[in-house]
Amino acid sequence: MSLGALISGDRPRSRLLAAALIAILIGLALAPFLFPGTRSVDTAARVCVFIVLVASYDLMLGYGGIVSFAHTMFFGMGAYGVALASVHLGRGFDALALGSLAGALAAALLAALIGLFSLRVRAIFFAMITLAVASAVAVLVSQLSALTGGEDGLSYRIPRALTAAAKYADGKVLGVRINGKLVNYYLVFTVSLILFMVLLRIVNSPFGRVLQAIRENDFRAEAIGYRVVAYRTAATCLSAVAAALAGATYAIWLRYVGPATTLNFEIMVDILLMVVIGGMGTMYGAVIGATLFVVAQNYLQTLLAAAGAALAPVPALPLLFNPDRWLLWLGVLFVLSVYFFPTGIVGRLRQRQ
Amino acid sequence: MADPILRLSGVSTDIAQYHILHGLDLEVPEGGVTMLLGRNGVGKTTTLRTVMGLWRARAGTITFEGRDITALPTPDIARAGIAYVPEDMGIFTDLTVEENMTLAAVSGPVDPDRLDWIFATFPPLRTFWRSAAGNLSGGQKQMLAIARAMAEERRLYLIDEPTKGLAPAIIATMAAALRALKAQGASILLVEQNFAVASMLGDSAAVMDDGRVVWAGAMAELAADSALQERLMGLSVERA
Repeated sequence: MSLGALISGDRPRSRLLAAALIAILIGLALAPFLFPGTRSVDTAARVCVFIVLVASYDLMLGYGGIVSFAHTMFFGMGAYGVALASVHLGRGFDALALGSLAGALAAALLAALIGLFSLRVRAIFFAMITLAVASAVAVLVSQLSALTGGEDGLSYRIPRALTAAAKYADGKVLGVRINGKLVNYYLVFTVSLILFMVLLRIVNSPFGRVLQAIRENDFRAEAIGYRVVAYRTAATCLSAVAAALAGATYAIWLRYVGPATTLNFEIMVDILLMVVIGGMGTMYGAVIGATLFVVAQNYLQTLLAAAGAALAPVPALPLLFNPDRWLLWLGVLFVLSVYFFPTGIVGRLRQRQ
Repeated sequence: MADPILRLSGVSTDIAQYHILHGLDLEVPEGGVTMLLGRNGVGKTTTLRTVMGLWRARAGTITFEGRDITALPTPDIARAGIAYVPEDMGIFTDLTVEENMTLAAVSGPVDPDRLDWIFATFPPLRTFWRSAAGNLSGGQKQMLAIARAMAEERRLYLIDEPTKGLAPAIIATMAAALRALKAQGASILLVEQNFAVASMLGDSAAVMDDGRVVWAGAMAELAADSALQERLMGLSVERA
């Protein structure tokens, strides 16, 4: 299969973007060997999961023009699917598969229900409805503590083959232990890569073109003969399934789910920021946005600590670069990126070409 | 006389609190160009949008090939065989010319022979085939708008002011395209402010005033009677 077919003919259309995407792909593919250490591999796994999560949101927002605040709910449904299956069916791959499938199916059904009942109304009302449903589900999850573990969440055991306890080779290869944790990382990486390719295929299919047409002029798309509500509902369902599978993958990696890690509204805001920073309606924007954002989230504090130490002799400045101010700097970075890249980083790079 | 392909009987349409069409009666004969004429704001565009279901008729019935389409959803009306070219063209500017054309052919890929005919009618579309439609000039966008309607054979074409604001050379291209459509036996309901173009293309005409058809007859009869034109349409008619 040619490279063009693999990326569904959606070329980066910018050398700089192509170089950045290749660098990220290689970086993630070889993360355990290039950046050994629990924290860096954990960051790489989060990047993989968030690329899929943000790309699935881009399918709705960037390609379909649908503003939804329920994306973390679908993400959480996949994660809780895996957690509940693992808790009730016991440790095993069948529990992981069944939980992922059940989470994805539940997400698709709920997305279809929300879509069919509310995508007829104006965009702002749909956004409000998704916000209300997502808030209700988050409250429900925290209240049904007997089932969901409430605010404490659920910890569960995953197959031993995916944990550090499983050793696949004596000693180390390139300084890295070949154990179940490494296999787990490559499971996350592979599933994320496949899901991203599928999403790329969807947006570059005739279905994706109709979605773009609807985003631009829904009346015109109807007058040509396309059922706008059906297409928007289908996009919401596909996006929800991808988000749920990303959530399931995240749950397998973390071996824990809780409202703070999957259902929190802060994650929803993060997804929005990642889509905007990367570039809406580009798919590759999800890769750039998620990578920059997750890496900044995890390493900005370290960077600020180093900057603070370097600036120690200068009065006042170390206070500004205190690691506790990392959210302030993340905000500044966001404002700057929107100012300099109004169409997102990918949009800007493509304009330069 | 053969049954009309499109018939509007007593159609009334409101937009918010405004009553735009007041019991409109209109017949579009099969296989010819019917001009829908009248001053600005008399309800010509609303008539086309009501036929497409983009505005809903409050009263009256709309029949297309004998079938009541008054309450049908817009996509079903389009798939029944009616193409609509709105006044604002409705081009998908983020998509390429090719993608715009592909989307317009809802029942499958565009027939290669038909595409050759479209390219012969509108040569710039071949040149800018893979360019973003948003980068086209105003005239080229109008060409694309008409070409999209031509992407598949339709029974009826509703076209709203295709020559508005265009250079004379482009107007001639548009007129040639509409003549080619007519020669294929298509039925066309055309809203046009340019009376010279209307006279050249129209077989029959309906003149509207205040949301009603106030005169209907042969276009040649209207074109030959300047007093009638003056009485029906005042001085707003362009004599280009």
